Amino acid sequence: MSTSATLVLLGAFLASAVEMVEALTIVLGVGIVRGWRSTLIGVAAATIVLAALVAALGPALRVLPIETLRLVVGALLLAFGLQWLRKAILRSSGYTPMHDEDESFRRHRAQAAAAGREEKARLDWYSFTVAFKGVLLEGLEVVFIVISFGSAQGRLGLASAGAGAAFVLVVGAGVLARGPLERIPENTIKFAVGLLLTSFGCFWGAEGTGVDWPGDELSLLGVIGFLGALSFLLVRALRRQRLVLVPAEVKA
Amino acid sequence: MKYVRSFGLFWWNFVVGDDWRVAAGLAFALGLTSLLTHSGVNAWWLLPVAIALLLAGSLWRETRRPRSREDQRSYAR
Repeated sequence: MSTSATLVLLGAFLASAVEMVEALTIVLGVGIVRGWRSTLIGVAAATIVLAALVAALGPALRVLPIETLRLVVGALLLAFGLQWLRKAILRSSGYTPMHDEDESFRRHRAQAAAAGREEKARLDWYSFTVAFKGVLLEGLEVVFIVISFGSAQGRLGLASAGAGAAFVLVVGAGVLARGPLERIPENTIKFAVGLLLTSFGCFWGAEGTGVDWPGDELSLLGVIGFLGALSFLLVRALRRQRLVLVPAEVKA
Repeated sequence: MKYVRSFGLFWWNFVVGDDWRVAAGLAFALGLTSLLTHSGVNAWWLLPVAIALLLAGSLWRETRRPRSREDQRSYAR
């Protein structure tokens, strides 16, 4: 398997796993408190919408010339990936609290318990809409990543396999644990995903404008190394800056 | 109308996010790379440099802005 194929598989797997862990937390939080029937119907409805989106977008993207596709996908991945990377650096340096899946689960459970009961079409409307929205929004990010990774590299099957493996692993672990997957090092995975999304975005975005990368696909590793080193340095610099700022702010 | 607004907001958050300057800078860098490449300069180096500058600039702005009480609590943690 080539370098870029391995990275496409790994990127799709990790990004999908992170989004699916977040969707699972929402679904568990609602399902445990309010019952499973309406919650699972919400999950199924969101899955159908996502499947329809993939079925419509997948073939449509094949019509576009590969250079245009790489430019558009690269630009979107860059914008999206840099947000992840920026957030991950802020978390690692202590400026933003780490994402806590257990805390998120408790919050969703408390909200589900406090919400009133409204029946529509013989469904508990709260459970249905929260599960539907949660799976749809997290799923849209998975769909975007899988389609962009797959289509720009011409390896939609490989990217889908990565997402499929993540689905089996996350849902399997969720069923076994019967609770949120707080032991998964989500913040570290998000850092890695941000790095991969930004690197792929940089590589494809530049290729889309007509650039010839020195060393072709191997330069992707160079971009990952460069952005990885940059992120490491930024985390260290921000940690030092924070240590200087904290005493002054605490005194104030 | 509500759904159109929600849809637009979703895509704005998805693509632009917390710092619109980063998205605008990326669009400018991609445009400049395209311009240079079509003028015969293989500007493969431009985008990584632009990303480094935009990321560092965005983090610098974020960590220097006045912070809320909740932010300050997380500072001290």
